[in-house]
Amino acid sequence: MSTVNLPRSLLALFPGVTKRHEVAPGTVASVIDELDGSIPGLRARLLQEGPTLRPHINVFVDGEPGDLETPVGATSVVHVIPAVSGGST
Amino acid sequence: MTTRTMLLVGTPKGAFVLQSDATRTDWSLQGPMCEGWPIHDIIVDPTSGAILAAGGSPWYGPAVFRSNDRGATWTHSSVGLTYGEGAEAIKTVWSLAVGPDGAVLAGVEPAGLFRSEDGGVTWAHVSGLTEQPSRSTWQPGAGGLILHTIVPHPTDLDRTWVGISAVGVFETRDGGTTWLPRNSGVRADFNPEPNPVTGQCVHKFAAAAGQPETLYQQNHCGVYRTDDGGEHWAEITLGLPSQFGFPLVTDPRDPDTAWVIPLNGDDRGRYMPDASAAVWRTHDRGQSWIRSGEGLPQENAYLSVLREAMARDTLEPVGITFGTATGQLWQSVDAGVSWDLVTADLPAIWSVESVVLDS
Repeated sequence: MSTVNLPRSLLALFPGVTKRHEVAPGTVASVIDELDGSIPGLRARLLQEGPTLRPHINVFVDGEPGDLETPVGATSVVHVIPAVSGGST
Repeated sequence: MTTRTMLLVGTPKGAFVLQSDATRTDWSLQGPMCEGWPIHDIIVDPTSGAILAAGGSPWYGPAVFRSNDRGATWTHSSVGLTYGEGAEAIKTVWSLAVGPDGAVLAGVEPAGLFRSEDGGVTWAHVSGLTEQPSRSTWQPGAGGLILHTIVPHPTDLDRTWVGISAVGVFETRDGGTTWLPRNSGVRADFNPEPNPVTGQCVHKFAAAAGQPETLYQQNHCGVYRTDDGGEHWAEITLGLPSQFGFPLVTDPRDPDTAWVIPLNGDDRGRYMPDASAAVWRTHDRGQSWIRSGEGLPQENAYLSVLREAMARDTLEPVGITFGTATGQLWQSVDAGVSWDLVTADLPAIWSVESVVLDS
């Protein structure tokens, strides 16, 4: 199984949800879809119309930046990381 | 019966809830809520008593938060808040209102209207507004292409007015299928054509109590009143120190009374005239205006108040509350005659809602 690590600011929106999840391999898109099944609403927080990843959401697969089509292997580790941005407010 | 009062405050660093009793003098502050998301508008759904907060995160997109326990816990949803997979992404939810049928309406950026019949859990696009023939000409104002004001008719389910910055006011009379521009008589001084059909920069408008055909409007270019549902507007700026300001609220019982907060001008810093803080009110439908600065700082007060950041309650005398862009929350419990500082150190205040609860 693949491993997905979710960021703290995302977990805060879903009380009780843990940081680390085991999911079936596939693509970043399929991983997010699977997580949305157990965490309803998560997909909408990470993806926007397109669908594409939201502009300030970064996904790394085995340490490399990815997009929705990036393959996720059976032993892959996926990190979802909000971009370091802000400063205007 | 016990009366409690709440002030709901939206900021770029989350929502805050202040609670008091009917005296409105001793406020307890809780927050920030909604996980620190930028919150543009907060209301109480009168049907359920739930608090609904509208906002959008730079990282996680738009959402409407809902609390059934006065802010202790929150859920959030954006299900259906989309123009479609191939369309422009919605950045944030700017405004909320509840219609006479209990449906929740949400205005978003880029400008559009959504409707929820389950208290904000799922949303459906009111596509008629986006299909309005002038849509291709809509251009964003300084705050973006935002639908910031929603005024449902109090009894006629088919009628709703909305306001879009730098675009103007529209009304539907068929439940949202078609929308009519309602800007006749409103100036657009920044436009080569000063009296266009659309393109007026509405900042805020509100209906008069018991007279739904009468609306008061604070525009970029003056203050106006209509007595025919927006088909014609008459300017009522005379007597105010400036034509420019953002918020406007109307009295809950007296259709002749409204409050505005003039700022010194769109190109002059956008603070209160002469750096002397004041709220202005009319009791005669805008024929004359009364200044009130009692209790407010009268010098060196470079204060701004944004479009959603003034509210009134329903008590007698009516309470008026406004929040500044520098985080001060001011309240009057005598209908805007005198003012007291509620709290001074909030983030920039984007919205204020005043709620009275009887239990």
